[in-house]
Amino acid sequence: MSEEDKLEDLLVIAKKEIKNRLFIGTGKFSSNRIMKEVLEKVKPDVVTVALRRVDTGVKSDNILDYIPKECLVMTNTSGARNAEEAIRIARLAKASGAGNWIKIEIIRDNKYLLPDNLEVLKATAILVKEGFVVLPYMSPDIAVARKLVEYGSSAVMPLGSPIGSNRGLRTEELVKIMIEEVNAPIIVDAGLGRPSDACRCMELGCAAVLINTAIAVSPDPVNFAEAFNKAVASGRQAFLSGIPAQSNAGQASSPLTGFLRE
Amino acid sequence: MSYYEVYSQYKSKVFNDNTEDIKSVILADNVSISQFSVLLSVAAEKYLEEIAVRAHELTLNNFGKTIQLYTPMYLSDYCENRCAYCGFATDNNFKRNKLTLKEVEEEAKFIASTGLKHILILTGESRKMASIDYIKDCLGVLKKYFSSISIEIFPLTESEYSELVSCGVDGLTIYQEVYDETVYDSVHLAGEKKNYNFRLDAPERGCASGMRNVNIGILLGLAPWRREAFFMGLHAKYLQDKFPDVEIGISLPRLRPQAGDFKAPYVVTDKNIVQIILAVRLFLPRVGITISTREDPQFRENLLSLGITKMSAGSTTAVGGHTLNQGSNQPQFQISDERNVEEIKGAIERKGYQPVLKDWLQI
Repeated sequence: MSEEDKLEDLLVIAKKEIKNRLFIGTGKFSSNRIMKEVLEKVKPDVVTVALRRVDTGVKSDNILDYIPKECLVMTNTSGARNAEEAIRIARLAKASGAGNWIKIEIIRDNKYLLPDNLEVLKATAILVKEGFVVLPYMSPDIAVARKLVEYGSSAVMPLGSPIGSNRGLRTEELVKIMIEEVNAPIIVDAGLGRPSDACRCMELGCAAVLINTAIAVSPDPVNFAEAFNKAVASGRQAFLSGIPAQSNAGQASSPLTGFLRE
Repeated sequence: MSYYEVYSQYKSKVFNDNTEDIKSVILADNVSISQFSVLLSVAAEKYLEEIAVRAHELTLNNFGKTIQLYTPMYLSDYCENRCAYCGFATDNNFKRNKLTLKEVEEEAKFIASTGLKHILILTGESRKMASIDYIKDCLGVLKKYFSSISIEIFPLTESEYSELVSCGVDGLTIYQEVYDETVYDSVHLAGEKKNYNFRLDAPERGCASGMRNVNIGILLGLAPWRREAFFMGLHAKYLQDKFPDVEIGISLPRLRPQAGDFKAPYVVTDKNIVQIILAVRLFLPRVGITISTREDPQFRENLLSLGITKMSAGSTTAVGGHTLNQGSNQPQFQISDERNVEEIKGAIERKGYQPVLKDWLQI
């Protein structure tokens, strides 16, 4: 790959050219001001906002006022317990002028916050038909992921581990299969706690990662976000460079069968 | 199955039978029921700081640096119960009030002007004076101003709860007050509230009716707190396991002075409340924990980083207390934090947390 190609390493979703493969979630920050500082430092192309938190009626402290204009705001359906509620939230988001990118998040399990894949499938099928750009958050499952793509989802967002757990990419084996087999960008969403987790995702070939909790609750969110930013770029660069296979045994620098080529 | 069956299994449990290493309990990924009782034990008091560090971490990861705000609105103080500890008890002689719909609107306008979008409406327990139809009429007004409406009223049947859900209610708060049946019977002297089991099963009926949030609680000071906190935690777990799509919360109201001469029979100290909050957070990392304006400002602020997720602000416990008859109507109990919404927002921000005024929308 030429230097020029590397510079033009763009992720394209629904015709949107995305340079920064670190997506940022906006919940859980100690203030909108800190969140804004993070976004100004990292310059993400895509940020997610929960419609449940948006209050367009207030003169100050409307979360949307703190998001730089360059960012594409993807509304999420946080709080939806089934497809019907997610669809209603998506429609309300569109009607309020929040655009047509929607992260479908449907959770019926308040203990582990794991998504309900069946409901996600139902909501995706309907919202795609209504013209939404749909990025569904899901438990990594190859069959569901294929169906989501068949229904028209623009990417698939498997969890790395439960939301807010900071446990990293515990679903690595499944995510690797999805990267190989699913014909859509794979974006790991949830559970990544350290920059090295994000780097790992990118090295594997994920199209992007979405981070919220780890950055928002860090003692120094701006610096920590920048560390994630570098890790994502670094992991992507490594992936593009081609990562040597790992081996348990040492490799002789003078090949044992080298004489055959002499 | 009812929570009463679970309660019955444990009600003869001897507490302070601490046989587990507390330090390993603090580090456990999933705290078991017996480990929860260890966290509530006398022995655990020596480890409060270590437990607090874990509770803080769990709260941050699950809820972030945010505190959700709401305010109570009292619609009616008519009550047919005789509860020994309550200012609204039927034998307390004062002029009773019920808001007209016009007054509901005035109160709503005022509360909405503070930016709050979550409201908790309360009534005394009188089906006659604060009927379901009256509450539905009030909801019709309140829906115009608030994105989330919770109720704290007399226990209803499941179909009645469903009726209110369809009219815009998304949250239910109902406290058992005290799980010990003997104490329950002795402080609830007369009225519908004497029916322990109908009240005990109300949160479950609320969950089944389609409520999004169900909040339970104990009135601290009525009975030995370690047992009471244990049964409340167990109740929250029972509800969370049975209704995973409902957000379960707990509250820890501590008895405050009110009309009448009732004195709390048991002292519950600040340290005791902290221990309950910490134990519940480790046992149920996702459960919401509310601290009300019964507690003083400094204590409330100190609790922020220990596991609290929700606070009331700009509170009043009298009918029409936000705009009408300020200071003239009978309060249900005295509050200790009289700061307005702006003052409480400022205090939360100074603690490094974001006050969240809107966290739901009517869909």
